Amino acid sequence: MSATPVLALRGISKRFGAVQALTDVDLEIHPGEVVALVGDNGAGKSTLVKAIAGVSPADEGSIEWNGKPVRIDKPHDAQQLGIATVYQDLALCDNLDVVGNLFLGSELTARGVLDEVEMERRARTLLATLSIRIPSVRIPVASLSGGQRQTVAIARSLLGEPRVVILDEPTAALGVEQTAQVLDLVERLRERELGVLLISHNMADVRAVSDRVAVLRLGRNNGTFSVPDTTQEEIVSAITGATDNVVTRRNARTAGAAPTASTTSPTEVQQ
Amino acid sequence: MTTGTPTGGAPTSGPSDRTAAGDGGQGSQLTKTAGADGGGPAQAAVASVDPRLLVRERGFAGYLDDLLRRVRTGELGSLPVIVGLIVIGIVFQLQDSAFLSANNLSDLFVQSAGTGLIAVGIVFVLILGEIDLSVGSVSGMSAAVLAVLNINQGMNEVLAMVLAILTGMAAGAVHGFFFARIGVPAFVVTLAGLLGWNGLMLQILGPSGTINLDDDGVVAQLTNHYFADKVWAMGLATVCVLAFLGFSLLDARRRKAAEVPSRPLSEIVLRTVVVAVPAYAAAFVFNSYKGLPLAVVVFVGVVVLGDFVLRRTRYGRQVFAVGGSSEAAGRAGINVSMVRITVYALAGTMAAVGGLFFASQINAANQSSGAGSLLMNCIAAAVIGGTSLFGGRGKTWSALLGALVIQSINSGMALLGTGSAVRDMITGAVLLAAVVIDSVSRRTQKTAGRA
Repeated sequence: MSATPVLALRGISKRFGAVQALTDVDLEIHPGEVVALVGDNGAGKSTLVKAIAGVSPADEGSIEWNGKPVRIDKPHDAQQLGIATVYQDLALCDNLDVVGNLFLGSELTARGVLDEVEMERRARTLLATLSIRIPSVRIPVASLSGGQRQTVAIARSLLGEPRVVILDEPTAALGVEQTAQVLDLVERLRERELGVLLISHNMADVRAVSDRVAVLRLGRNNGTFSVPDTTQEEIVSAITGATDNVVTRRNARTAGAAPTASTTSPTEVQQ
Repeated sequence: MTTGTPTGGAPTSGPSDRTAAGDGGQGSQLTKTAGADGGGPAQAAVASVDPRLLVRERGFAGYLDDLLRRVRTGELGSLPVIVGLIVIGIVFQLQDSAFLSANNLSDLFVQSAGTGLIAVGIVFVLILGEIDLSVGSVSGMSAAVLAVLNINQGMNEVLAMVLAILTGMAAGAVHGFFFARIGVPAFVVTLAGLLGWNGLMLQILGPSGTINLDDDGVVAQLTNHYFADKVWAMGLATVCVLAFLGFSLLDARRRKAAEVPSRPLSEIVLRTVVVAVPAYAAAFVFNSYKGLPLAVVVFVGVVVLGDFVLRRTRYGRQVFAVGGSSEAAGRAGINVSMVRITVYALAGTMAAVGGLFFASQINAANQSSGAGSLLMNCIAAAVIGGTSLFGGRGKTWSALLGALVIQSINSGMALLGTGSAVRDMITGAVLLAAVVIDSVSRRTQKTAGRA
């Protein structure tokens, strides 16, 4: 793992009206590393992803790309840098075939005419290098299973040769086998020296593939853990705030110390 | 519902070795592949051919097999309408032997051009999953604009035609703007257009209400000119067939070079024959009467051009994408509003062109231009031809086939001397049948995991 993170967030804050969704969040992603971003509902995961993807830029804080400060103000900026985002709800066109979906928005043309042959050849090559198994690249995406659709969505994000891939809940609503397929794919992304940011609720998935776990709680960093050295209980307690609850806050108050976390209201504006 | 497709159980009881589409019924194979990929030395498992690929046996048997599979899973395409055309032909021929005469068929084809041209625009709108109710009024308005500019104002006829068509395009763009940018439902916008443009047409025509066109003008020639020399019809058929064969062979060679699956020679020959038979049959029919009609050349040309745009250009891909999922299309960087506005502008343009053909048939623009059952006929033509009302699927060829069905019924009924009452009831029943087929095939496709 190289010393310079490919993507580093420093002190990211985001406010929606009266709600402080993110406060001073730091995050680093290195090449060839899978970082899991976990947190309870409303912890600010989606907001952070949107800030990285340029969908809704952060109010404060800086973003570094290969050590150099950059600005991400719109989705195009993120794509130009090499950040690909695969959203939870996939965003595939059911009526188009696999090739059509893979190249949607960046179709290859020869003299103004769609170059179906070249697109199909590249699609096959891409799917083969990722060991993605799909019955045919010429069937409508509607006929694929949930896991196959997810792998198509991830494969599509790779066409732009990104350096960092953000996967928002890639295994939500998938069966056991499909989840395994997607996790295999995540590992293959790591082998290709890509930085992967994996947002997930599923502790088993997180522990299965990620190298580090970054926990968000109420819009703040609540610890970064190295997966091999951490038990699941430690991560869960960081997510739920088992170390920070009514009882501990009362203890802290009665002990005379100022409560910290309780000053920020439960945040998050759901998308 | 000529093809009683078995609905439930298609994914499992179907040819599961062949149509390994969903994940049902191949658990063992999936586990096998997942196991092979899971370990570290997974790279060795990169097989060039997936065992679950939809393999088609080479040659004719495989082609037939594939066709049957498509029908079973609800991918009916144009099959019902072709069967319908044949049934209509047989029924009317038994009633009146004049129906399949060269004279009647040629006239029927020419008269279907107006409906069909408007239906081409409707096909684009239906692929978006929307509807355009204004095409009848827009077609009438374009005829009125042409008549007023050319006859009353004495403008050059070709220039007047261009302006009339641009009027239609502008009207369509207005619909598209209110739908795409303001977010008014397309149904309501085009309903307003239906009323509004009709009113504008009456306004333009003025008190006289009818303006007769020049008998020898360009517009009059649209449906009255025939390329009498037999070379024209045969030549055009030959050019079309050779072009089809040439592009098929070229495509197959490129595919082979790129090592992606290509059609075998036998299949290309078969497909060419399937194209050649109706092409030469039509040429023969036209030559038995007055020759190749100009209207047919324009109509078929527009259909072929529209098909090319839809299937072979980036714009066509965007239209399908917006029709499939506007959300996904937008995230993929497609300008959804632009696609919607241009599609409505195109529908308006085609409505105007169709209006000129209707004006040509009666050689006048009058207050009833674009009124009556015209709008419904155009939408019905697109749907009867096999374009889905649910969006995301369709071909411009369905406009051609659907318009032929509508005009065949009209023509047959006229031959039999039945009134418009019976004709409308039958057209309505055919439209209902087409929509039922569309709905059922969509449901079948869903159960077969293909919608």
